[in-house]
Amino acid sequence: MAQLLSSPSDLQAARVPRLDKLGIIIAVLVLAAVFFLPFVISRPNRIVAGMALPISGALPALQAIVLYGLIALGSVIGLLRVPSLWRLASSFVVVLSLCLFLGGAANFLTPEGNTVARVSPGAGFWVLVFAFALIAADALVRLRLGPLARIGVLLLVAAAIAAMLWAGVWQNLSILKEYANRGAAFWAEARTHVALAFGSLAVATVIGVPVGILCYRRSSVRAALLPVLNMVQTIPSIALFGLLIAPLAWLAANVPGASAVGISGIGTAPAMIALFAYSLLPIVSNTVIGLDGVDASVKDAARGMGMTDNQVLFGVELPLAFPVILTGIRIVLVQNIGLATIAALIGGGGFGVFVFQGIGQTAMDLVLLGAVPTVALAFVAAVVLDALVELVSPKRVPSA
Amino acid sequence: MIEIDGLTKTYEATTVVDHVSLTIEKGEICVIVGTSGSGKTTLMRMINRLVEPTAGTVRIDGRDTRDRPAHQLRRQIGYAIQGHGLFPHRTVGQNIGTVPRLLGWEKPRIAARVDELLSLFQLDPALYRDRLPSELSGGQQQRVGVARALAAEPDILLMDEPFGALDPIIRSKAQDDLLAIQKRFGTTIVLVTHDMEEAITLGSKIAVMDKGKLLQYATPAEIIARPATDFVNQLIGTGDRPFRLLSLETVLDHVEPGEAAGDAIDASLSLRDAYAECLWSGRDAIPVEEAGQRIGRVTLSRLTALAARPQ
Repeated sequence: MAQLLSSPSDLQAARVPRLDKLGIIIAVLVLAAVFFLPFVISRPNRIVAGMALPISGALPALQAIVLYGLIALGSVIGLLRVPSLWRLASSFVVVLSLCLFLGGAANFLTPEGNTVARVSPGAGFWVLVFAFALIAADALVRLRLGPLARIGVLLLVAAAIAAMLWAGVWQNLSILKEYANRGAAFWAEARTHVALAFGSLAVATVIGVPVGILCYRRSSVRAALLPVLNMVQTIPSIALFGLLIAPLAWLAANVPGASAVGISGIGTAPAMIALFAYSLLPIVSNTVIGLDGVDASVKDAARGMGMTDNQVLFGVELPLAFPVILTGIRIVLVQNIGLATIAALIGGGGFGVFVFQGIGQTAMDLVLLGAVPTVALAFVAAVVLDALVELVSPKRVPSA
Repeated sequence: MIEIDGLTKTYEATTVVDHVSLTIEKGEICVIVGTSGSGKTTLMRMINRLVEPTAGTVRIDGRDTRDRPAHQLRRQIGYAIQGHGLFPHRTVGQNIGTVPRLLGWEKPRIAARVDELLSLFQLDPALYRDRLPSELSGGQQQRVGVARALAAEPDILLMDEPFGALDPIIRSKAQDDLLAIQKRFGTTIVLVTHDMEEAITLGSKIAVMDKGKLLQYATPAEIIARPATDFVNQLIGTGDRPFRLLSLETVLDHVEPGEAAGDAIDASLSLRDAYAECLWSGRDAIPVEEAGQRIGRVTLSRLTALAARPQ
């Protein structure tokens, strides 16, 4: 190493690593979060105003010092241009300890045997988790992990969270106290949420891909249909859910058998239809774009060699357009997992039930019980489908 | 034999191909040459019905091309295009096996044919069979494109600017390969190009197209000696005429007995090469050798006479 560093300036650089730009921003965020934002909010019961506590007030002195130390160390490593793997490991450790100490703070602040007191994560906790997650994400991007390795990291994080849940680290935390009161309802709504998001996606895919193929083959269909789908996409989601109530209620009341198959003005049916309507444009347009994008000389050669239209479609065009179509499916899935929250407004169920109940009761912990799993689900879907898209995309090999 | 009779293609108001009639004999290389927009590609694409004619007929070996479904017709005719059009998601072997698979050949027969063609095009089957097209160089991709067109042993091969994307050295090698393969299989080739040089190098007959009309259909020598219109003349280039005429024949055709000083040239070279060698080395005659044996000489005065406009 020593003989490689010839000039004095190189030596200088080696002794004092240069600062990382993202690290500087994050260090400022961390400082603000530690000194000016509460780590937890402690309340005597779930709806009264609470007391904002910094780390020093939320934990026993020794634990607080350890956490301060870890945060400081993590920030310094984030600040320096050290290898990405170090930055990844250190930010992982800091996020993990933040989670563990959050549970510790809840245990510390909740009096023995008290079931009405609530300890919730404060803005400081969220900002700190966000800041270090950002360093971790940045390090992951710089490591340029392959798609399978990314899914591996995701599994690791999921396992860590599951282990902490199972070990009861957070049992005194407000979200889990809300969960304890609603265990059965939580899983029922989770099933509804997943069914809404994936069900509408499945229907949209089964219908959208053939419609996309039709648009690709007939420019008249494309000219008529794509603007309509574009317009649907611009209707605000709450309005679309609301707009469907009247016609579906009319159908249920006037068409024999309609209500028997589940059609009604409110409930799961209109939610499903609205999500389906939003899903159609990304899938149809990505199918069209994907098929359009297939090299013209490839299509010409396929036809010129005597493939029938269907052989060209299934043997050449669809396989080559598949990564683009899958990207459309990814967009729809992540979008629908978020949008399905709103279905609760019209009685469609899903995690939105907790969000809207929580807003109604000004119980932010209940809002979190709905919001956190929704965000987690969307995040997982995005990571997994991005990895899939990369796996099915042709490898770029530079031609000699 | 391909008989094209009164073939016309009209798109709304514009006539792209206008009453073209010509007959391409079996085993011939017919090069259709013209500027862009001359209708040369459309004319070729009407042979395998990638473009359906507005009027006129195409007969192959006396049989009207419209008497069977277009995709079945196309499986009997090889098709190679500029930019090769290889399937990027299929291996070289699968690409070459496309038409045999469509025709329902047995797997072992397809595999044997793929290896045979790869060897023919100087690509080691073991090395290249399972590669993806993106892993090949431009010249290799082009060779695989032509190999794929020949896979089902078609009697006719249509080629649309097949060498357009290649650099000059690889291009001239690809042209030589094509001539060798044509000689070996006796395939009838219809090739479209905008390059008169290529047309003269490859064609046994040249069809010159302009604005949808066939201006002249003749042998290269005839086209150079007696261009039918000013446009044909312009395409040949008046400054190059004598040299193009010389490039049509080989030294072997005009070797005469006698001695000459200096290094010999090979009898298989064109007269144009011999003429250039005379001028460059300042000799009035050069010895000619065939397979290492001196067989006579070729003289500058004879070459000069041959470069003159035929009477």
